[in-house]
Amino acid sequence: MTDYNPANVGTVTRYVVVESYNVTPSDVAIRAYEVAKSVMIKENCFGLVIMGAEVDVDRVIAEVRMMDPAHIFVKDRGFPPGDARRCRASLGGARPGFHGIEFEMGILPYISHALEELDTRDAATVPAPVQTLSAHRLDVYTLKKMIDAQEP
Amino acid sequence: MAKIFIYPATSLILSDMVTRFGHTPLGSAIAIRERVQTPGLESAPLQITPEEPKKGLHWAAVEVPSGVRGRMALYGPMVEECDAAIIINNADLAFGCMGCARTNELLKFLIRQKDMPRLELEYPRTEDEGTQFVAAIKRFLVDLGGKK
Repeated sequence: MTDYNPANVGTVTRYVVVESYNVTPSDVAIRAYEVAKSVMIKENCFGLVIMGAEVDVDRVIAEVRMMDPAHIFVKDRGFPPGDARRCRASLGGARPGFHGIEFEMGILPYISHALEELDTRDAATVPAPVQTLSAHRLDVYTLKKMIDAQEP
Repeated sequence: MAKIFIYPATSLILSDMVTRFGHTPLGSAIAIRERVQTPGLESAPLQITPEEPKKGLHWAAVEVPSGVRGRMALYGPMVEECDAAIIINNADLAFGCMGCARTNELLKFLIRQKDMPRLELEYPRTEDEGTQFVAAIKRFLVDLGGKK
């Protein structure tokens, strides 16, 4: 085994995911570069990866979020941008983790709509979501009925 | 500002909602970042070393597969550290190998066992469900002292 000496110790990396019909990832990237003092920015197909000291990254994110608050989403990332262990340039195929973002991007329009609606509406007036957990699962009594209904 | 454990631990939506409403999300990235930035022995790609399954013994018994114990070494400390949790049930996103599946079951069990505020939801499939989903998260996080 070889020694491991990490790079970029003490930094944070965050994804900025843009799901907007007014703002494109390149618009967000240009705005981020304008206020990018001391952070590294990488633009990709769905938004940006920003790495740097936590205070600086949060400052840049706060700036770019203002472009379209309900349509720009942020999440943490463990690896720095372009890390050979995760970057698709060295691995081939989609980066592990992209599929998760891809799945949730299909739901983001509902979230954006809700955020815009809740700007003008009190969250307390919205009914609680219906728990449909039981509807997805076959309960044991129904299963027993189905077994009993089998022809011998 | 409370520390909120999110499940699925890689969820973009939950991570964003928690930050947006003024709290700190605890998810996979935090634990992975900690390992990726700590010097030690090279163990690509996630810097999970043979030490992790030993640490995982704190949350899972020795006969539990090392894959589950190794994963618990990432999530276990965060479950202990968190002040509240948000779970999305039936998330396709959380689908994985048997190690992931068993870890997810144990993780949800530990969260439900812990005496703390907990919100359980499912992913929305329509705009109305989306509004209910976000409103429920907002109410939950504001009650914990978050931003309105």
